[in-house]
Order: sequence, then C-alpha cells, then structure tokens
Amino acid sequence: MTVRRVMGVETEYGISVPGDPGANPMVLSGHVVNAYASTHGVRSGRAAWDYADEAPLRDARGFEMGRGVADPSQLTDVEDPTLANVVLTNGARLYVDHAHPEYSSPEVTTPRDAVRWDRAGELVMLESVRRLAASPGEPGVNLYKNNTDGKGASYGTHENYLMRRETPFAEVVRHLIPFFVARQAMCGSGRVGIGQDSRTAGYQLSQRADFFEVEVGLETTLKRPIINTRDEPHAVADLYRRLHVIIGDANHGDVANLLKLGTTSLVLAMVEDGAVGRDLTLDKPVATLHAISHDPTLRTTATLRDGRTLTAVQLLWEYFHAAASYLEQRGHTAADDPDTAEVMGLWESVLTRLERDPMECAADLDWVAKLSLLEGYRERDGLSWGDPRLRAIDIQWSDVRPEKGLFHRLRERGRITRLVEDPLVADAVTQPPTDTRAWFRGKCLEKFAPQIAAASWDSVIFDVPGRHALQRVPMLEPLRGTQAHVGEIMDRSPDVVTLLRELDAAAG
Amino acid sequence: MPSQEQSRPQRRDDEPADAPEPTPASPEASARKEALDDDIDSMLDEIDGVLESNAEEFVRGFVQKGGQ
Repeated sequence: MTVRRVMGVETEYGISVPGDPGANPMVLSGHVVNAYASTHGVRSGRAAWDYADEAPLRDARGFEMGRGVADPSQLTDVEDPTLANVVLTNGARLYVDHAHPEYSSPEVTTPRDAVRWDRAGELVMLESVRRLAASPGEPGVNLYKNNTDGKGASYGTHENYLMRRETPFAEVVRHLIPFFVARQAMCGSGRVGIGQDSRTAGYQLSQRADFFEVEVGLETTLKRPIINTRDEPHAVADLYRRLHVIIGDANHGDVANLLKLGTTSLVLAMVEDGAVGRDLTLDKPVATLHAISHDPTLRTTATLRDGRTLTAVQLLWEYFHAAASYLEQRGHTAADDPDTAEVMGLWESVLTRLERDPMECAADLDWVAKLSLLEGYRERDGLSWGDPRLRAIDIQWSDVRPEKGLFHRLRERGRITRLVEDPLVADAVTQPPTDTRAWFRGKCLEKFAPQIAAASWDSVIFDVPGRHALQRVPMLEPLRGTQAHVGEIMDRSPDVVTLLRELDAAAG
Repeated sequence: MPSQEQSRPQRRDDEPADAPEPTPASPEASARKEALDDDIDSMLDEIDGVLESNAEEFVRGFVQKGGQ
C-alpha cells in the first residue's frame, strides 16, 4: 500500500472586477484564459478539447442519466464556441468552466507532485491577472483561490484519483463518507460566515461544507453529494475508475494540500484491498458534516451507526491507525517509499497537535492559519464575527497576487510551512510531470502546437500537413506516454510526421 | 447603503483599569510572550498596509455566479 497513484486537482478560481459586481464572469473568464494563451503563443481554440471519450452522465452505480432530464450545467461534453480552452505545455487544461476560469492540473503520481502542479496553477492565474492589468481596454480582473463568495454561491476544487475498477463502488461510498466528513478538520480552508449565504456570523472549518446536501449523487452544481458518482475514467474503463471528489476546499498551504491528497489516496488503497477494518458509518453524515465544520474547537462529535460518538480528530485517528497497521503488516518501511512515509509522519503530527490545541497547526493548516490571523484582528480591534472587515480579510486571504493575498503575505513572513520550494513550482508552470501521459501531452504542445487540432486527457489529435484525415493518438493508459516511455522518440522527431511514424513503429 | 470609508477602531488602550492582574509568569516566559505579541503586532501592521480600504464595498463587490 502506498500514497502513489494517478491523481490530479481541478481548481475553479473566484473572479471579480473591483467596483463592478455586475461584470459578466463568463466573458471575464474567457479573457483570463485567452490572456494566458496569447502570452504563450497558444491560440485558444486552436488546441481545442477532444470530447470523444467524455461521458459526464455515466453513473458509477451502473446506469446513465438521460440527456433530456439532465441540468444543462451537467452537459460538459459539448463544445461551446464562446468558451475558451487551452492545453498547456505542462499538460494542464486551462479553460472556462461555467462562470470561472479553471486550471486542471496534469496527472501526477504523488501527493507532492499534486501540490507542486496545483501551485503552478496559481502562477498561471497570477500571470493572467498581471497581463490583463497591463492591457489597456481590458478590465482589471482579480482572481481568488477560494470556494465561495459568502453570499450563496460556491464553486469547486475537485480531486481525481484513479482506482481499480473491480473495487465495489458501495465500499468506496461506505468508507469515504465518514472520512470526508472528518477530513475537513485537516484540509478545510476556513470561512467567515455560517450557512450558504453566511446568514449567521461566525467562523467555520470548511468553505464547502454548507453546500453539501446529499450523501451520494451525480450532480456537482446542485444537490451536491458527499460522494460524486460521475463515472468518466479518461482511461481504460475496464481497468480503472476515476473517483471524482467534489467536497474538498482549495488549499493554499502545502501541508494541508499534501494531507488532503495523501491521506485520501491511502484510504482508497485500503478500500481497494478491503483493509479499512472497522465500519465507521455515520448516523447522519450531511448534518454531521455541517456541525463539524461549524465548530473550530473540534469538540463536536459524530454519532456512528453502531452508537459510538467520535470527534473528527478521533475519526481521523481511526483511519490513521488502520493505515499504520496495514503498512506494518505489509512490512512497509520509509526507505521503500518516502512519499508514504512523509504523509504518515505529517498526518500523525497534525492529528496530535489538533487534539492538544488546534492553534498549534497555524503554520500547517489553512483554516487554522486564517483563524489565527482573524483572531489577531478581533483581539486588537475588538471586532465581532459580523464585522465586514473580517469578511473582507477572508476574501483577500486567497487573492492570487503575492503582494495582496494574505496567505501569500504570511508565507513570505515565514509563518507557513513550505514542502515544495518556489523554483520547483515555477518550473512546473511550463514543464509536465515526467512519469505520466501528461508528459507526452505537454511535450506535444511545446514542440508541435500548430499541428495539434485538439487534445484531451486521453488523446492528442494531429492535423498533419499533407494528410486529409486528422491523426488521433489515443492515450487511455495514464502511465504510458511518460518520458521514460516516449522520451527518445520525442527527442529524435523534428516534426509531427516523424513523431507519428516512430510511434507507429514502436507500437509494432 | 452609503459607501463610507471604513474607520478602524483604535487599539484598546482604554480597557478598564480595574481588571484583575494576571498572575506574573517567570521573566523568561514574559519575555517570550512579549516577543510573540510584538511579532503578531508587526504582522497585523504589515497586513493593514495591503488590506482593501473599504471592507464593506469590497465584500459587496465580490459576487460570483456559481460553479461546480
């Protein structure tokens, strides 16, 4: 068992024009994508998205929703010519999703790389903001890595994990619901205001909790479910399912983000191997999700179906101990896999400190860091939780500009733990991960952008000079198309014709 | 609602003077606490310098249209 698996993070950014709350977010989001694409010589729409393998209405429970009864927002597989979309040289997708610019990171294999390429997305958005600010005639746009406007709207940060198809989905649901209800104690980003529209003053752990209304479902924009059932693997469907997780917050801090990806990957590994052990099924998961989020003292308990009552931290300890004993049974050591050792070490340390005093995690967990700053203001200026200054701080916390974003100010002051150094993040803005198919996708965009008609997670489509038909290279196996696999071919191919010929020859 | 410059309440120098004095800690602990308070003050001062000046208008202006 290990934290390693194919994974990625999609982040929708909040968008606003200072002084113009009525600005059209769809048009603005298009500006954001196009500003970045034109800077890098990628024409938006040129390298368009290939929707051939998408199936947003296929349900993991074994059926498919009819298009006629779906909400229009669920039809994410049809091209809308007004919406911008580009594939970047780092293998990521940058596009307009509903009313937000979204950065979907390339596929990676470790939580550390997920953190690295997710932070690269922050730099992509920052560059767009800078470019639009410098362009005469363009509105100055601000972007925020958060998940709610505090007035009733929410937008998502989604994790994706590839897992074994043979795993019964009911087991995924059974073991992940209690985990997701508790996970916000480590991974919540913190929020000023209680309730979807912040009608009650106060502070809560998570930005997303109040927007979840059911336990299991296909939707992502309404009746949001703790477990989303979209069954769209972007990979060999007989072998893999892609678990699409919509309940997470956008994390700024490396430790919280690493723990979000790493611990979830470990729990999935235990589910795949039937090794979770105790049944932690909750009596009322949705209500408990809200109640835990609303209590920054972490004293709120969840009632299990077997009658036990556990706090979020105690629930997480159950998962931690199950993972620790599972690793021990397998004779796993830190030397085998430093990524797993790192996640287990940080997980234990964070739970220990949360149990003692959550404020001990101010350098590591987003919600604690934000609460610590807000409490500083409350104490200094005698502010109540309803004060608009605190709500403003909450929004400005996640501004992508390092000189304005309060999280970035704290990190520059050395108050936030860094796990991935800045130069590695900067490098990931243009470079793909080497160990997944994202490497092939990104390098194709880097070398042959003018000849790429479209791309997607599992394909690159070339428009080859002299050939009538487009040439589609399928990539349904996420661990092929790596640098080790096709690096030499890529290096010795000066043009697309050679590349396709060499790939054909290699495939035999 | 009229948009008005947010005035920051002053530091509470005028706290009631008859509040019970906390039990004095060891000199080392007091020094550590003072250093900690100074650090928090300097952090808040720095962040004051970058905060949007009109909190109410800033919060009102941040309106989203939903998402996934």
